Amino acid sequence: MIISFLVDSLDRRGRIVVILLVVLALLVPAGNLLVPEGSAFHVSTYQLTLCGKYLTYALLALSVDLVWGYCGILSLGHGAFFALGGYAMGMYLMRQIGARGVYADPMLPDFMVFLNWKELPWFWQGFDMAWYAFLMVVLVPGVIALLFGWLSFRSRVTGVYLSIITQALTYALLLAFFRNDMGFGGNNGLTDFKDILGFPIQAPGTRAALFAASALMLALGFVVASAVVRSKLGKVLVAIRDAESRTRFIGYRVEHYKLFVWTLSAVMAGVAGALYVPQVGIINPSEFDPSASIEAVIWVAVGGRGTLIGPLIGAVAVNFGKTWFTGVLPEIWLYALGALFVVVTLFLPRGIVGLWDRVVSRRAKPAPDVDGSGRQAGEAA
Amino acid sequence: MTDKAEGSLLYLDDVSVSFDGFRAINRLSLVLEPGEMRAIIGPNGAGKTTMMDIITGKTRPDTGDVLFDGSVDLTRLDEAAIANLGIGRKFQKPTVFESHSVEDNIALALKARRGAFAALFHSRSAAEQQRIDTLLATIRLADKRDLLAARLSHGQKQWLEIGMLLAQEPRLLLVDEPAAGMTDAETTETAILLKEIAKTQSVVVVEHDMTFVRALGVKVTVLHEGSVLAEGSLDTVSANPKVIEVYLGR
Repeated sequence: MIISFLVDSLDRRGRIVVILLVVLALLVPAGNLLVPEGSAFHVSTYQLTLCGKYLTYALLALSVDLVWGYCGILSLGHGAFFALGGYAMGMYLMRQIGARGVYADPMLPDFMVFLNWKELPWFWQGFDMAWYAFLMVVLVPGVIALLFGWLSFRSRVTGVYLSIITQALTYALLLAFFRNDMGFGGNNGLTDFKDILGFPIQAPGTRAALFAASALMLALGFVVASAVVRSKLGKVLVAIRDAESRTRFIGYRVEHYKLFVWTLSAVMAGVAGALYVPQVGIINPSEFDPSASIEAVIWVAVGGRGTLIGPLIGAVAVNFGKTWFTGVLPEIWLYALGALFVVVTLFLPRGIVGLWDRVVSRRAKPAPDVDGSGRQAGEAA
Repeated sequence: MTDKAEGSLLYLDDVSVSFDGFRAINRLSLVLEPGEMRAIIGPNGAGKTTMMDIITGKTRPDTGDVLFDGSVDLTRLDEAAIANLGIGRKFQKPTVFESHSVEDNIALALKARRGAFAALFHSRSAAEQQRIDTLLATIRLADKRDLLAARLSHGQKQWLEIGMLLAQEPRLLLVDEPAAGMTDAETTETAILLKEIAKTQSVVVVEHDMTFVRALGVKVTVLHEGSVLAEGSLDTVSANPKVIEVYLGR
């Protein structure tokens, strides 16, 4: 029942996205492992890891779109959930190092030995077991989001005030994780990972598998998000976005709906972070930086908010631009990002996807019907 | 106090509320019988909208009793709980869900379980579809069902909102200035529609437009400075010297 509920939720475009991601999950690792290095179709390990990182960013963007695009909750702190998921994964990877660290302590990670700690803090217990760590990847961001959301939605904090406190949330976590005595490695964070699930983390096969996992997890996230958005609950979310008090007077308990989508979104962001960490090989407090969360919002705006596909396009496009720019003209990048945001806000309210819809509908019929076009295209599909 | 409330649908007794020292509602008392339709008139700032806010849970009164169905204390409930008790509200400015289709607007308002998980796994039954079709016909928007609500004219939005109210199957409808911004023909039609609704449900209409109130032909309550100035048929209250002074004096 759940399967058909999920599959039925995809429109034509959504199916293309999912198929594309599954094909990517197969082809890119094959291009890395099977195609010989000289061939034009060979994918280098660097490219593979870079693309894998983009896919985790895309999942983060998707989670932002779910709350912002569909429920009007502009979160400027989603990076916090991404980082929390990342830390949970990082703690697992740290425990996997075992006695192979510089100080060769069988239990304690290097930074704890360095701080002269004698035993593992309670919150590090259990992270040597993969199932426990993966559960925490979901639970820690989920529970924190649930608490934070319950407090703020119940008090009816909305709009820019909510945005500011989400920003405060991630900033507070940034400061907390910087402290050495918190037990998360301070400003160096967690790094020097060796193994994941018993496989050497640097090995091409492991990297390929991590890429495939990122692509498949993004596909799953996309299907779940589509199902949520297409359901009656999704329609209530849009109703809340457009007329919150009207929704209350119809009898919907707005805070419950917000809490549901907020928590789901945080869990998705956490999973994205957990896939990000083994691919980049480090997690440190800079992931909590408010600017990281704001960047995620820009990806969504550029791709087109409230479209689900847009965030994926936006995240990949902007980060590709970032990689390229910071290689060629590093000092220009931040200006380019700012300019991009201004241009999108002024001229492309629905981002790249909105622009695409407009172009398609203009070709399809001579008299463009800007507002209704995207919707009709969606309905026909 | 509960004895007096017995048998009434809506019972307000000695209700007061102040905003920053300004008494928006001042010892207001009002009783509505089941099945009754009541028009509330009064100059700007008389407290009509604040009264609606109190009944629907948006504003908490400082003092006084607000009882639904003779016993349910509305001052303890939030908007959603009050709506689910069977009190529907139409705003002065038509507020419909603009990025949803006309049909989806009705579907969202349709009486059903309001929980988030119930909504997540909800699929529309044939009975619900039938109900939606009937309502769309009632509000004369059946041919516009797939149109985005944002595309409707002002009058059509007012009607859609009334349709959404009906979809909730409320026992009491609070309607704030339904004829505002409507053409004369639309106003007449709206009066007919409201009278039709009042056959099965209790209705409170807040209105400025005297010809509209006359067309409704129901008991009128005149509010002034947050309390009831006069009550009775439109002819009686318009003959009341105090009412004349408030409306025509100054």
